[in-house]
Amino acid sequence: MSDLRELYQTTILDHYKKPRNFGPLPGAERHAEGHNPLCGDRVTVHVRLEGDVVADVRFEGSGCAISTASASMMTEAVKGRTRADAERLFERFHHLITDPDGTAQGDDLGKLEVFSGVREYPTRIKCATLVWHALHSALGDAKEVSTE
Amino acid sequence: MSAARTSPPARLDVKRIREDFPILERTVHGRPLVYLDNAATSQKPRAVIEAEARYYAEENANIHRGVHWLSEKATASYEAAREKVRAFLNAASVHEIVFVRGATEAVNLVASSFGKNHVRSGDEILVTGLEHHSNLVPWQMLCAETGARLVAAPIDDSGDVPLEEIVSRISERTKLVAVAHVSNALGTVLPVREIVDTAHARGVPVLIDGAQAVPHRAVDVRALGCDFYVFSGHKVYGPTGVGILYGREALLDAMPPWQGGGDMIASVTLEKSTWNVLPYKFEAGTPNIAGGIGLGAALDYVSAIGLDRIEAHEAALLEIGTGLLRSVAGVRLVGTAPEKAGVLSFLLDGVHAHDVGTILDQEGIAIRTGHHCAQPVMDRFGIPATARASLGVYNTAEELEALAQGIRRVAEVFA
Repeated sequence: MSDLRELYQTTILDHYKKPRNFGPLPGAERHAEGHNPLCGDRVTVHVRLEGDVVADVRFEGSGCAISTASASMMTEAVKGRTRADAERLFERFHHLITDPDGTAQGDDLGKLEVFSGVREYPTRIKCATLVWHALHSALGDAKEVSTE
Repeated sequence: MSAARTSPPARLDVKRIREDFPILERTVHGRPLVYLDNAATSQKPRAVIEAEARYYAEENANIHRGVHWLSEKATASYEAAREKVRAFLNAASVHEIVFVRGATEAVNLVASSFGKNHVRSGDEILVTGLEHHSNLVPWQMLCAETGARLVAAPIDDSGDVPLEEIVSRISERTKLVAVAHVSNALGTVLPVREIVDTAHARGVPVLIDGAQAVPHRAVDVRALGCDFYVFSGHKVYGPTGVGILYGREALLDAMPPWQGGGDMIASVTLEKSTWNVLPYKFEAGTPNIAGGIGLGAALDYVSAIGLDRIEAHEAALLEIGTGLLRSVAGVRLVGTAPEKAGVLSFLLDGVHAHDVGTILDQEGIAIRTGHHCAQPVMDRFGIPATARASLGVYNTAEELEALAQGIRRVAEVFA
C-alpha cells in the first residue's frame, strides 16, 4: 500500500474529488482539447490572457484521478504566470515525472511535486501530462487550438 | 448403466492445467500473478512454446518451394497445422482454411476482396453495435471507398443485440452481415446460428468474428452454416501474428486475390500472372510458419482438454465472479446479457477504470481498462471506459476472490 500512496497521494485524491477551477470560463479567448484515446480521457482547457499573463484558466472534462488532479493543480499553478513561465513550468513538471534516474527533485515545483510518484508508473505518465499538452496548445499559436 | 456415461463431463483439473503455463509461476509486484486479461491475449502452454522452438531448432526452412529435406519437413508441419485448424472448425476442406496474421487481417481480406466483387454504391453492410473495431473499421473503409452504407443493429441495456434488431435490418440492399460471435467488451454471445439462417433465407452471406468465441466454446462452421469465420491464434493459447480466415470454398474461389507476391501465383510473366489454387491464392509471401505450427499445437492442447469442459469451467467461474463483484459495494457490471461468455466488465463508483487497473496491478492482478477497442459500445452506455476481467481455462475461483478483494482495496484508497 505504501507504493500506491506514493502515486495516490492525499493531495491528488483531494483534487480528484474536488477539482479546482472546473467548468467553463466566460471571456476566455483560448481553448484547447486534450484526448487520450488509450483510456478515453478528455480534457478541455480554457485560458484568458491579460497581455502575456495567464489571468484565468479553467478546465472541463472527465478522466482518471491522475489526469483530473493534474488538471486541477495545473490551473492553480499557472494562474498569474506569463506564457513563457507557464511553459517552463511544464518542462520542469515533465522532467519530474519522466526522469528515469529519479534525481529530479522538483524543489521549484511547489505542490506539483506530489506527482513525482507517477514516474514509477510509465503507463500513467500520459494521464499526468494530458492537460499540460492541452495548455501548451492553448497558449501557443498551434492550430490544434479549438474554438469550442 | 455405467455412471460415467450419465455423469456430466469430468471437471477440469485446473491445478494441472496451470502447470502447463510457465508464466503463471511468475510473481508481479511481489504477488502471485492473477491473469484476468484473456480477452486481450491468452497465456501460452509449454506445448505451444515448445512447438515453435522445435520448428526453429529442427525444421526451419521456407515452405512450398524447396526440394530439400528441411523444406519438405517444414511444409509438412505447416500443412499439418492447417489440417488441424480444418478439423477444429469442422470445415469441409483445407482449401477453406487461409492462414492470416489475425482476425483483423482476415476481416480486412474479406472487406477488400469480397467487397471488390460484391459491394457497390447504395449497398449495405450490416454489423452490430457491439463489434470490436476490427469488425467495424474495415467495413467503414469499404463503405467510404464504394459509397455503400454501414448499418448497425443496436445494443439493448443489458448489452444484448436482440435477434429481431438484426433481422429487421436485413434488406435487399444488404450484401453481407458481419457480426461478432462473442463480444470482447461485454461477453455477450450472439445467436449466430439464427442470424445465419435468417440472412441465408434472404440470400445474404454472413461473416462471423469468432476471436472471442474459439477459445471458449466448440465452433463447427458447417453446423453454423456461416460463409466466413475468422479468429486469432493468440487468444486461443497460440502465438501472436497468426490467425485464420475460414471461407466457403465457392465464395473464396470467386474472390480476387488480396495481396500479390510469391506463393499466391500459378505462373508469372512480365505481363501478367495467374493465380494459385485455394487457399494459397490468399497467402502471398512467406507466412508465419512457426506461428501456424504453434497454432496447431494450441488447438491440439484445447481439444485434448475439451472445449465443452472449458466452456463449462468458464461458465461456472463467470457465475462465481458475477456474484463476487455484485457483492462489492459500488461495483456496477456493464453487460448482463442472458447469454454471456467469461467477461466481467465493470465500473466502480467514483473511481476511473484506469485507476482501478493500476491499483489491481499492484496486487498482481492483470485486467484490461479502457474502451477495449469497442468505442461505440462505451458510447452506447455513456461511459468512457470500463475495467474488464476476462476468463481463461486456467483461472480459478480463488483468483476471482482476489479480484473482488482487490477492488475493495481500490475503494479504500479512494475512500
